Amino acid sequence: MRDQRLWTWHIGAGAVILVLLGLHMTVMHLDAIVRVFNPAPGEPVDWANVVARGKSVFFLVTYVLLLGTALFHGFYGLRNILFELNPGAPAKKAMNGLFLVAGLVLFAIGTWAAWAGFTVARSA
Amino acid sequence: MIENKGRPNRLGVKGWLGGGRWGFERYLYALHRLTGLALLAYFVLHIGVTSSRAFGENAWTSAMGAVKGPLFSVGEFLVFAAFAFHAVNGIRLALVELGFAIGQPIEPVYPYRTSVDEQRPLAIGVMILAAILAIVGGIGFLK
Repeated sequence: MRDQRLWTWHIGAGAVILVLLGLHMTVMHLDAIVRVFNPAPGEPVDWANVVARGKSVFFLVTYVLLLGTALFHGFYGLRNILFELNPGAPAKKAMNGLFLVAGLVLFAIGTWAAWAGFTVARSA
Repeated sequence: MIENKGRPNRLGVKGWLGGGRWGFERYLYALHRLTGLALLAYFVLHIGVTSSRAFGENAWTSAMGAVKGPLFSVGEFLVFAAFAFHAVNGIRLALVELGFAIGQPIEPVYPYRTSVDEQRPLAIGVMILAAILAIVGGIGFLK
């Protein structure tokens, strides 16, 4: 039952990622067509454009949401792939713990960076 | 994932990639996993690199300078192409999992028809869409 619930969340997270990562890819890689998110001339990764996007609460929220859903989707997918090798119960428990801790640590780092980047952009 | 209690994967790593004669969709499934693993590896690195903006302009410029050059451009394009494939194929997998595009149930009368034939147009369609997305996105990497 728990696995079915997590699998449903996995698919749901995929749908959220599709929208948010689609937006991210549009902003970063389809800038030749869509310039609205990059007001300064030059590349989307130029500091002026990073600051312009970084000031936005919308981008702050979507970055953190994308971070959380992508980490869950990615690590749960990796866990499923490894579980297909039929490891023993202790190995399964260790993998569950490892991926949970890795996901939470990366989420904490990414959220901190998104918030710090937001405050840096606001003060720039 | 639903636990496979009845028939465990006895093929090991071969069982991850080998599709035997299961058809085109089985290989798309293997490619979906490969691209997923590649995207996860890139994503973990991406969190590290882009976190540099928290330390200001110099740190950001330095980090971006470290990941510049033709090799990184090719790598980024491959990540974009992997994303395009994984995204559209993921939509296909979700649709099929939810029972769409697999046809109506029919009586098992010989000659038997497989629902894989019903899925094939969707699989071909999403691959064409993935290729278009990868090409359009690739234009940005040629600059």
